[in-house]
Amino acid sequence: MDVYLPIASLSVNGLVIVGLGAITGLLSGMFGVGGGFLTTPLLIFYGVPPTVAAASAASQVTGASVSGVLAHTRHGGVDYHMGAVLVVGGVLGTGIGAVLFRMLSALGQIDTVINVLYVVLLGGIGGLMAQESIQTLRAARSGRAIPAAKRRHHPLVAALPMRWRFYRSGLYISPLAPLLLGLFTGILTMLMGIGGGFIMVPAMLYLLGMSARVVVGTSLFQILFVTIATTMMHALTTKAVDLVLSGLLLLGSVTGAQIGAAVAQKVSPVRLRLVLALIVLAVGLRMLLGLTWHPDEIFTVSGL
Amino acid sequence: MKVAAALVALVLLTGAEDPVLVPDVSQHEIVVRQGFTGAELLLFGAILSPEGKAAAQDYDIVVVLEGPTRPVVLRQKQKVAGVWINTSSTTFQSAPSYYAMASTRPIRDIVDDQTAAIYELGLPFLQLSPTGAIDPASQQRFSEGLVGLMGRQGLYHQDEHGVSVTSRVLYRARVALPSSVGTGSYTAETFAIAHGRVVASAISRVEVRKAGFERAIADFANHDSFLYGLFVVAASVLMGLLAGRIFARR
Repeated sequence: MDVYLPIASLSVNGLVIVGLGAITGLLSGMFGVGGGFLTTPLLIFYGVPPTVAAASAASQVTGASVSGVLAHTRHGGVDYHMGAVLVVGGVLGTGIGAVLFRMLSALGQIDTVINVLYVVLLGGIGGLMAQESIQTLRAARSGRAIPAAKRRHHPLVAALPMRWRFYRSGLYISPLAPLLLGLFTGILTMLMGIGGGFIMVPAMLYLLGMSARVVVGTSLFQILFVTIATTMMHALTTKAVDLVLSGLLLLGSVTGAQIGAAVAQKVSPVRLRLVLALIVLAVGLRMLLGLTWHPDEIFTVSGL
Repeated sequence: MKVAAALVALVLLTGAEDPVLVPDVSQHEIVVRQGFTGAELLLFGAILSPEGKAAAQDYDIVVVLEGPTRPVVLRQKQKVAGVWINTSSTTFQSAPSYYAMASTRPIRDIVDDQTAAIYELGLPFLQLSPTGAIDPASQQRFSEGLVGLMGRQGLYHQDEHGVSVTSRVLYRARVALPSSVGTGSYTAETFAIAHGRVVASAISRVEVRKAGFERAIADFANHDSFLYGLFVVAASVLMGLLAGRIFARR
């Protein structure tokens, strides 16, 4: 089924794109991550221009996080106070990201920076996830329980000035910490088209020491608003948001999420996490090869 | 006697015998709409003598289809400390967004390099107008880089046996356009060549444009960027909500 993408100005196999969205949806259904970190690189491998891929993946993550936020709201799983600080940081971050995007494009280094970021993030997160799930699997086999980690925020966070109370998160910390975290993920969202959930969730747990009950809901809340800001920023600056592309991706992720949730109930979560880790590592490895072994093209052309 | 010889020479050179080309294109308008996967154009026409009869001799025919030119930056990657990064770049003021050439024989057998460069016959002779002071060697490297890159995207190609001529009169060549062709006004130029000299040429035009929904979206995104952004966001949120509803019901 050939579909012409009006902004990317090329024709793609619509079923492949829906399938891509379905894989992402599958992941979000199973693990609660947005999946932008897979969509963008896979779209680029498929031949979609990198900017269009990043811009359109962001709006797909918006759609994917809406229902998640609603579900968590119903169960009181969103700390709006914390979420608001994160969103403010995130929106500022998308602004900074847009400026960086323009500067790096002018220097001709945007592709390299995006690729390096992907390799570092995918390699790091994938490695951590694989390590953790293998440990858990081993522990389960030997019948020994892993001691639960103590919930504490990082000493650096405690050193920041000014303290606010975040009741639902059970925290009394400086708002600068979540603001900076939001800022950082906002920049990444703008540059890479990712929601940043797979960075936010561990950072909230291990850096801020937030109550696990509100972590996923609050992270989804932040992702929802930051991806909206990113889509607007891309629409205004790069003009690279492809409605047809994001529509196809959404269509896939909607179906994928349903299948994902069903699968998640049948297979053990540790095994699932190991599979996700391997997928993440494979994508990271593919990008690393392009960066260090041989790029797809030595020359790149861009309009003036 | 001398005058008579000169007259004969004049006739032979300026060509009372120069042929007339009557070119045409299978489609004067290519409409890019949903489901567009590229197009194939047939560039064809007739070679006639000035009197309107079949040409008396064999001519070499070259057809060139060229898209609108635009300035582009071409960057080259090099391995620096184990990582491939862009290290050098050049600007081409007039890189065609699309270029296809077809000829009856290899260009080098038909004309000399100078003539080929004047009429831009073939990929090595594209006039890309590089700017900035760079030495001819790297200029050559960049030009070949651009041609190679665009070639792999299906946007530049040449077929040196792509034109067939029937009974000295009818010529035809097929040219493929990929789905990623840019919009704008394309020129299809036909050249008749004899003894290394272009003896006739004719132009026809092909318009490539987006239409319908595709055009509306592209215009919307470029002219009302803010509203377009809001629209995309609203559409994503709505689809997410709908999905949530369907999900919750099960």
